Amino acid sequence: MTTGDEKPKLIDENGLRHDGRRPDELRPFKFEVGVLSNADGSSYVRMGNTVAVAAVYGPREPIAKFMSHPGRAVLRCRYHMAPFSTKERKSPAPSRREVELSKVIREALESVIFTELFPRTTIDVFIEILQADGGTRIAGLIAASLALADAGIPMRDLVAGVAVGKVNGTLVLDIDEVEDNYGEADMPIAFLPALGEIVLFQLNGVLTPQELKEAMDMAWKGALKIYEAEKETLRKKYLELGGE
Amino acid sequence: MVKFHVKDRDIVLPGDVIAEDASGVKIRSIYLTRVCGKILSTICGLVHIVDNKEVDLIPLEGPYIPRVDDIVIGLIIDIGLTHWEVDINSPYTAILNANEALHKQFNPIHDDLRRYLSVGDYIVAKIIGFDRSRPPMLTIKEKGLGRITGGKVIEIKPSRIPRVVGKKGSMITMLKNETTCDIVVGQNGRIWISCPSKELEDILTLAIKKIELEAHTSGLTSRIREFIMKEKSERGI
Repeated sequence: MTTGDEKPKLIDENGLRHDGRRPDELRPFKFEVGVLSNADGSSYVRMGNTVAVAAVYGPREPIAKFMSHPGRAVLRCRYHMAPFSTKERKSPAPSRREVELSKVIREALESVIFTELFPRTTIDVFIEILQADGGTRIAGLIAASLALADAGIPMRDLVAGVAVGKVNGTLVLDIDEVEDNYGEADMPIAFLPALGEIVLFQLNGVLTPQELKEAMDMAWKGALKIYEAEKETLRKKYLELGGE
Repeated sequence: MVKFHVKDRDIVLPGDVIAEDASGVKIRSIYLTRVCGKILSTICGLVHIVDNKEVDLIPLEGPYIPRVDDIVIGLIIDIGLTHWEVDINSPYTAILNANEALHKQFNPIHDDLRRYLSVGDYIVAKIIGFDRSRPPMLTIKEKGLGRITGGKVIEIKPSRIPRVVGKKGSMITMLKNETTCDIVVGQNGRIWISCPSKELEDILTLAIKKIELEAHTSGLTSRIREFIMKEKSERGI
């Protein structure tokens, strides 16, 4: 790692990245569910140095009656970065970026949840980024998906995703803050692996059509590993007690 | 030909494939969905496969969704002119109309609902109507329904209630026999117990909490019976 504005060496002679990973390697990740007792469902997601906690409340009666829909549940979603999540203090007020990410995450989740089973209710999803080191929207989305499963809200599938980037002309999986800042492209993407659908897809930077296809392949492979770990986490919650 | 990917009573998660080529298989739960001939789970739950022809899913988490004819234990939270609002531990607040509670004509000019049920009272009630465009309607006019006096109300996750009742009521019968308590199970996750002694009440409460925690395991009834026996001997009953 380097300090200041000097560009760090993102890919070394051996083709390894600045943190020693191969280009197609995920950061070490850890998932947990049921971490908060007040929430109906909750989860903790750590991907490298990115830490996200999600809490799900509901389906519950809408706080304000006018925000309800007669045919389905209304999904409300808040993505928020804690003031201490970055190197420089971030103002706790929601920024333009956080409002936008709340919206894309909400839309991703709306396509997954069977909202029509709970008319006239709201489902609240709170995603708090405790530590930001790249890939926070994907970490937040994974956390939200685990927390929704923990809350028993019906979903078409668990959401799994990863951010692919391009640094020094090389495609790299699961980029972190440094690679995002000094790289050429950042492409967060989230799938429903069992159904083969995409629920979130953004691209910041420039990729050739060929690179886009490769990046998509890489992301799919990475997402499958994350998907397996998500399932494992949820299953463990019940198996820990069911030893007998 | 149907191909099942899970066994009976397996735990499934959202997105898990339960069966392939399953167009001939009946779905018994709203938490199962069909995608391209496959049956997928949408929730964490226990699968129930009947003769390879029907699939049911018992949720392990989730809210209580009212159904007509369910017995629920409600908490009065507000009083209107001719109705009570009742919290039934669900996304939907229930309504108890005065004519579903009193055996006489109710006239709000001469009478006050507060005389009959006040805020904070627990009631055993039955759901008589719920069509998703209106709040659930309750009645307390039938036998066994009405205001709760004495005893204690325990709250557990609504999704665990089927285990507290057990297959054909096996668990609840065992609990009643072993502890000699009166137990009324509300489908909304509230259980009213009234026991002859404080010790038995404590044991029963612990047993119910244990059922809630271990709801997804098998052989639960016998384990709970052993637990109650052990607690009873330790407390000298």
